[in-house]
Amino acid sequence: MTVKFTINGVGVESAAGANVLDTARRYGFEIPSLCHHEAVVPYGACRLCLVEITKGGRKKLTTCCNYEVLEGISVVTDSPAIRQHRAMVLELILAEAPDAEPVRELAKRYGVAFSRFEATRAVEGEGPRDCILCGLCARVCTEVVKADALTFNGRGDKRGVGTPYGEAADPCVGCASCASVCPTNRIAVKDTRDKREIWGRELALVRCESCGAPVMTEAHRDHAVRIGPLPADYYKTCTACKRKSLSGRLAKVGS
Amino acid sequence: MGKIRNPKELHSYREELLAKRTASRKVIAVCCGTGCNASGARKVAQALVDEIQKQGLAKEIDVRPTGCHGFCERGTLVLMHPEETLYQRVKPEDVPAIVEKTVKNGEIIAEHLYDDPVSGEKHVKEYEIPFYKHQERLILGKNGLIDPTKIDDYIALGGYQALAKALEMGPDRVLDEVKRANVRGRGGGGFPAGRKWETCRNAGRQQNALPPSGEAREGGSVPAEKRYVICNADEGDPGAFMDRSVLEGNPHAVIEGMIIGAFTIGSDEGYVYVRHEYPLAVKHLTVALEQAREKGLLGKGILGSGLCFDIKINRGGGAFVCGESTALMASIEGKVGEPRAKHIHTVVAGLNGKPTNLNNVETWANIPLVIEKGADWYTKIGTKSSPGTKIFSLVGKVNNTGLVEVPMGMTLRQIIFDIGGGIPKGGEFKAVQTGGPSGGCLPADKLDIPVDFDTLVEQGSMMGSGGMIVMDDKTCMVDVAKYFLNFLKFESCGKCTTCREGLRRLHELVTEITEGRATLETIQLIEELAATVEAGSLCALGTTAVNPVRSTLQFFRDEYLAHVNEKRCPAGVCKALITYEITDACTGCMVCKKRCPESVISGDKKQKHVIDTAGCIKCGICNDVCKFDAVRVY
Repeated sequence: MTVKFTINGVGVESAAGANVLDTARRYGFEIPSLCHHEAVVPYGACRLCLVEITKGGRKKLTTCCNYEVLEGISVVTDSPAIRQHRAMVLELILAEAPDAEPVRELAKRYGVAFSRFEATRAVEGEGPRDCILCGLCARVCTEVVKADALTFNGRGDKRGVGTPYGEAADPCVGCASCASVCPTNRIAVKDTRDKREIWGRELALVRCESCGAPVMTEAHRDHAVRIGPLPADYYKTCTACKRKSLSGRLAKVGS
Repeated sequence: MGKIRNPKELHSYREELLAKRTASRKVIAVCCGTGCNASGARKVAQALVDEIQKQGLAKEIDVRPTGCHGFCERGTLVLMHPEETLYQRVKPEDVPAIVEKTVKNGEIIAEHLYDDPVSGEKHVKEYEIPFYKHQERLILGKNGLIDPTKIDDYIALGGYQALAKALEMGPDRVLDEVKRANVRGRGGGGFPAGRKWETCRNAGRQQNALPPSGEAREGGSVPAEKRYVICNADEGDPGAFMDRSVLEGNPHAVIEGMIIGAFTIGSDEGYVYVRHEYPLAVKHLTVALEQAREKGLLGKGILGSGLCFDIKINRGGGAFVCGESTALMASIEGKVGEPRAKHIHTVVAGLNGKPTNLNNVETWANIPLVIEKGADWYTKIGTKSSPGTKIFSLVGKVNNTGLVEVPMGMTLRQIIFDIGGGIPKGGEFKAVQTGGPSGGCLPADKLDIPVDFDTLVEQGSMMGSGGMIVMDDKTCMVDVAKYFLNFLKFESCGKCTTCREGLRRLHELVTEITEGRATLETIQLIEELAATVEAGSLCALGTTAVNPVRSTLQFFRDEYLAHVNEKRCPAGVCKALITYEITDACTGCMVCKKRCPESVISGDKKQKHVIDTAGCIKCGICNDVCKFDAVRVY
């Protein structure tokens, strides 16, 4: 079913069940966000995607990543109030991760040259926390990878995210999906010839049978075979080599 | 007797109970709520039972351990029916004399009577005491008559008659009655319960396909779509204990309300989400549920109707945020108690994604009253927009602390001065915070506003679940804001940047003010940040969390400015900004010198003492122990 509504006065449409943020971006409207990723369920943690939505004559300020599209609503993505609150949220986030490039860029774009707050430190006397607690790492790990190795912990100003009790977590398969979605590049992944270091674990790497490049960790392969449809053989070669062999085969078919 | 099979049997069962009880049998109700328990109520009750037994009066006198009577300040409370003589601060050793003199001979023992600290008068009857006289105890009143572990006590008072009536009326008329009564949610939001019920009932089904009078459930079949009813008993406000006292003292009122709700909405499964820290409430509720099941008031075919409904208890782990409806439902589902966006309301998709109707303890306890006496009766109490009564936990710097139940629309002044007896020790009223940790602080010139849902919000505070903290002139309002921000920053779930980081920062900024490190820019930043925390947070914890700091800035700005500009705490609370000094009134009695934990007070006997301010930790003990008012704080 298609839902029709307006964004900044422009008529837009989207499939029912979609959210306003994805729809707006598809139409080229700029709305900032640091905790949203299409691969996971919208969460609404960073509060940057604040917009004004009018529904049934009632206007309210709300995040739009977790707002399902509705027939007839009107969305405004920019106003003095929205800009003021976004700037303040960015000041708060900038204090959490003052060195993270994506955060700094976003702050600059919204006119926040610096934060009036001191850097947030997880441990007194140490460097900035560099984590904005968007939870993308944990959400990807749970929803997409289905490994459940990461989780939020604590609450309020004692909230954190990571492995249970901060110890090396057995369920971690070393896929590094968490690192790839982290908006502050805070998750350390170190690959050497035979192994990958991540979240305090050392995991053996599978190397491509054909070119020798690292494909994935053994634990990741076993996990993928266990929960996915493909056999272990599929993971013997790297993506590049698979593509090469596929295009070779296709070329043969073509000729 | 086993199951009560129909309303007629309920009626005759009650008649039997009343026949047994009227035989000139007196009742001595001993308040055994958590407060009185702490001062030894159980021992008093046991002593009374033993003494009555010893005197051979057991047949004539029924000693009844009951729930909270509300006047916690004066526990243990012993209330003698039918005379309604109230003895306060009773100890187990007082019991033999009470039985001998009062119970046997009707003689009043003056020392156990309540003596009014304001007028100095002694009162014999409970209803004469100002604390009780100005209340309208529709809900709490029954606490003093019921042993919460005995369903018969509740039935004898007319309990479950409202349920019988509701079954006869049918869901449509019950809903109509609740809507007309305009019962507003006592959990704080004040949303009309009837409208909530209606949306939940209609969720997922066509309006015209509604089964008339619950016929679709005849024969005990499950309703077409699963629906839940939930009682929110996750009372987390510091110093508030309204819901605890209702659950402890009269659990069946809540259960009956929930059954009526389930019947109206079409639900077969209910939950009570109650704090783990409320062991007595959990115990009494567990017993009450078992007894209701035994009597056929819960389970299949309730009172011979087609209604099937049962209630489970879910204990919360102590997170304040779990009182928020979506977080509460997540917690019942076994997930982390974190709120979610409510663009789709829980009445449509709540617990397990099914339509769920959640009301608070006090709201549920109001339902049997509304059905029994009708909407016309109910709307005569309170105000037009907020009918009925509201229970408040009146605490802080007030003479009579405890639970009070008043009709909506009573003024703050009446509650604090007429019922609460004003400020102790000749202090002066400064502010009252209503609505729990995220309520606003209202100053003296707001004392005459009527207390109802809408007026409190208009004035910058809120009803909340009914906390009412009174503050006197020795309270620093900046310090108050800091205290509540500290509570809330810890109790925020931490999901939203605005709430987690925003409250942390607000706390830091207010701390800077209390430590004399702030400038006027600090105040400006607080105001900017508070606006964003309110506008940008997901759930009501975040959006209301700024109320204490904002309301104190609004009404007590001078005090903030004194901290910032003059580095002075006018109330003499903020340690970094105050100095203790001994004045010429000192007689050299040496008491402060002996008690000073840092030994920084010097001076000989009968000579004026001096505090070495460099070593002073500003604990205030010298001030507390001085009998000559010779310690000055500035």
